[in-house]
Amino acid sequence: TWCPQWPYCRKRCSYCNFNKYVVPAVDEAAMGACLVREVLTLLRLSQVQSVTSVFFGGGTPSLASPGTVAGVLEAIAGAAHLPAGAEVTLEANPSSASPQRLAGFRAAGVNRLSIGVQSLDDAELRLLGREHTAAEAQRAVELAGGLFPGRTSMDLIFGLPGQSRDAWARGLEVALGLCDHHISLYQLTLERGTALAAQVWGGKLPTPPQDLLADMYHTACATLVSAGFRHYEVSNFARKGALSTHNLSYWRAEQYIGVGPGAHGRFVPWGEGVCSREARVQTLEPDAWMREVQSRGHGTRRRVVLSPLEQLEEVLALGLRTDEGVTHQRWGRFSPDLSLEAVFGVPGEAAELQRQGWLVLDGGGLRCRREGLALLDSLLPDLLCQLQRG
Amino acid sequence: MTFAGRTAAWWAWLRSPRLPAVPLCLPPWLPGGPVACQRPYGSHSKDKLDMSTYPVESIRNFSIIAHVDHGKSTLADRLLEITGTIAKTDRNKQVLDKLQVERERGITVKAQSASLFYNYEGVNYLLNLIDTPGHVDFSYEVSRSLSACQGVILVVDANEGIQAQTVANFYLAFEAQLAIIPVINKIDLKNADPERVEKQIEKLFDIPIDECVRISAKKGTNVETVLQKVIEKIPPPQCNTADPLKALVFDSTFDHYRGVIANIALFGGEIEKGHKIISAHTKKRYEVNEVGILTPNEQPTHKLYAGQVGYVIAGMKEVTEAQIGDTLFLYKQPVEPLPGFKSAKPMVFAGMYPVDQTEYNNLKSALERLTLNDSSVTVHRDSSLALGAGWRLGFLGLLHMEVFNQRLEQEYNMSVILTAPTVPYKAVLSSAKLIKEYGKAEITIINPAQFPDKLSVSEYLEPTVLGTIVTPQEYIGKIIVLCQDRRAVQKDMVYIDEHRVMLKYLFPLNEIVVDFYDALKSLSSGYASFDYEDAGYQAADLIKMDILLNGNPVEELATIIHNDKAYATGKFLCERLKDAIPRQLFEIAIQAAIGKKIIARETLKAYRKNVVAKCYGGDITRRMKLLKRQAEGKKLMRKIGNVDVPRDAFIRVLKRQTDK
Repeated sequence: TWCPQWPYCRKRCSYCNFNKYVVPAVDEAAMGACLVREVLTLLRLSQVQSVTSVFFGGGTPSLASPGTVAGVLEAIAGAAHLPAGAEVTLEANPSSASPQRLAGFRAAGVNRLSIGVQSLDDAELRLLGREHTAAEAQRAVELAGGLFPGRTSMDLIFGLPGQSRDAWARGLEVALGLCDHHISLYQLTLERGTALAAQVWGGKLPTPPQDLLADMYHTACATLVSAGFRHYEVSNFARKGALSTHNLSYWRAEQYIGVGPGAHGRFVPWGEGVCSREARVQTLEPDAWMREVQSRGHGTRRRVVLSPLEQLEEVLALGLRTDEGVTHQRWGRFSPDLSLEAVFGVPGEAAELQRQGWLVLDGGGLRCRREGLALLDSLLPDLLCQLQRG
Repeated sequence: MTFAGRTAAWWAWLRSPRLPAVPLCLPPWLPGGPVACQRPYGSHSKDKLDMSTYPVESIRNFSIIAHVDHGKSTLADRLLEITGTIAKTDRNKQVLDKLQVERERGITVKAQSASLFYNYEGVNYLLNLIDTPGHVDFSYEVSRSLSACQGVILVVDANEGIQAQTVANFYLAFEAQLAIIPVINKIDLKNADPERVEKQIEKLFDIPIDECVRISAKKGTNVETVLQKVIEKIPPPQCNTADPLKALVFDSTFDHYRGVIANIALFGGEIEKGHKIISAHTKKRYEVNEVGILTPNEQPTHKLYAGQVGYVIAGMKEVTEAQIGDTLFLYKQPVEPLPGFKSAKPMVFAGMYPVDQTEYNNLKSALERLTLNDSSVTVHRDSSLALGAGWRLGFLGLLHMEVFNQRLEQEYNMSVILTAPTVPYKAVLSSAKLIKEYGKAEITIINPAQFPDKLSVSEYLEPTVLGTIVTPQEYIGKIIVLCQDRRAVQKDMVYIDEHRVMLKYLFPLNEIVVDFYDALKSLSSGYASFDYEDAGYQAADLIKMDILLNGNPVEELATIIHNDKAYATGKFLCERLKDAIPRQLFEIAIQAAIGKKIIARETLKAYRKNVVAKCYGGDITRRMKLLKRQAEGKKLMRKIGNVDVPRDAFIRVLKRQTDK
């Protein structure tokens, strides 16, 4: 899978701490050329034969022109097998989702759209520092639904300072009436260095109470499940099988290659004669990244070999976020000698957590019960302790 | 900071490196050295001084006592300058205070004595300035050093007037029947009101107004008069060189090269190199290597004679061999030991733990080095399941504890966890079985784990202190409420002038060890002063309070408290714990209990949601780092039943509040 990053945004959102840059003029041609160049370099390094999905993330990739997107896709298809049905997602903001653009992206090869709606309330959108209004978001979703039927996703944020349970429930109802078959609900995370966090921590905005956040989450999950959605990951819901294969590949700890400023990857660089999985990060700052790509073909800033234990830790921490959990088969791929049963089926933390009703270890593998999923971050330290002993 | 005071103390002084090649003075009888005036400076003379030229009649032994910042050290600086003991320069500020902590806090941690030579009306006098501890933490040491004196200079600030410490110091000197020379200092200040202060002195101490000397130590105004008063009003010591040796140890310090240096005052006889001496306390025998006077550095002499003050080095290896108050006498010529000797008695205890257990050995060696000079700190190894290996330290008082901690940090660069201070309680046992077990009917309880059950005890006792508060009258109301809240009983209330009041209260010691001084200072905008002295034990309705997490007791949080304070303390501890323990997968009942009775409860609700919302490619590395750190933390957590309690939570609950 491929994750090209478009690092630019038109405006800084109040809650976002992603690696993104608001610049007056983007040299799109140079950026596009560098993305293509890095794709080719990393393809050679990874010796990947077939690509299962591509995800244009950001920044705001919908600000890039369809031509640039097409260029990257052509580069991938030219050097590896990109099956016709492979999922190609682009993250889009309602403010850069005109019919022409969206049609252009579709023509370029994009077949799935993830729209950053975030809220369908104008006051909330202003609080989040978004550029668009609720009406614009609504139009963008409807438009996308027409162009990418069954393959449009919507992002929503809950737990905003001052947001009530009812306001959230109402917003969710509106979204349900509007949405396609995939929806992501993210609890607002106050990130250091963001304007919103500064306001909350400085006391200018109220801190949402823990119990309210839990209520919001649990009600939303129940609402979506009863509307026929499968709660297939902590924050992700899909119906009619419209799961995001790209995102599933993260949680299943498959290989992925990050391209563009600040992109992350996990793959085995066979092309360099290395046979261990590496964690890789590309240079954050776009201009520096471009210079590196131009001079040596890629902008990989850091590469760390992941030990077998570290790989298993990731398999566990990510896999348990999904409803399928960590299957025996996947575990066996990373740990051929020590089975899930051998690590977690013995007396210890996992058994205790099973007894308390948060976890299940059975023929399917190790996974969270519904109640446990919402508490995963409290379960993981215990499980990691047990894994480290195993 | 608590009890900052220009307090002198006889404990814990690490001698700063000596520079013998740069002496501060030369003796007056060297060729060309005029008596009692500027002396030439040069290399240190190897010649020993002959002290026989100073008979008892020409000796005056005195100290300076004062409240914090009233100018004690500045006056000492001037006296040293006038008598030519040190050169007169602008740099003489707190000459006797050498430690960083002393100069920062404006206090004297380790007293220094100095012998001054002064010619008055044609007679050469030897004036021994014995710097006494001013703070009541060290009242025993004060009383010992005062017992080497025949008089005191009582310094009072012309602006601030009499303060709590002035009162405490006055009574110590008064009870020792010493001549008192009242000195009103800082008359050069704009707001100085010496008349008012003279009236206070007359009213409170019954000293006629005309006996007060008005000075400015800073400018040197009238300081010479003080010296003359010392000679006129303070009697010479009553003792005889012909008697057998009788020397009071009033201080001791440790020198890495020479061993223990004991400061002594001779109440009879003489002492010189080669003498065989005995410690009345330890009965150990020593041979004198060196005697001398302090100027303020050690200046060897041939001998020391009755009435004189100086030092002796006699092959003692540890400061515990030269305990304050001990009497030294000649081998085979035993004398009646001087009265009043007691071993140091710690009044405040606190647990001390390294912040990081890997620092344990470094902290241990720093403690050993610091206590080399301070035999009054008691050290017992202790360990806590939550805080690891550490010590339970006993201090003479709060200032003692504060300064000890500060010195560990400053001089040894050690950062420590100091638990909230506790006091030593007592129990009078009624159970024959327990009496047999302990070998006595009255036991001291330092650790709550040793608290005997009510059924086997006829009476519990708690230590008390007599506190003196001097305050502008407008704060009286608030102060009385504060004192009542601390279970204190009013003993006295006197207007020392139209605006100021002196209050005396009997306090249970445990009520003032934590934050009383800070509370007093804050409600009086800093104007009230406080001092206290030991007032023995009183019967008290004491109980042991346990803290339970989901029904399981937390050993390190058990406390002994007064019944009246149980509810408030229990509630406070539960609330603090609730904030300090992270939410877990299940509900946690945090309870304070006396026996089986629950007196306070807080409920820490279970987590209902704890999962990060977004976890995709870019976030995973950061996420894994955090999770692994949490997993590591989990291993270090103390498990009370099924509840995980991080070490940090114990630190937040146990440590002194002033560290907030």
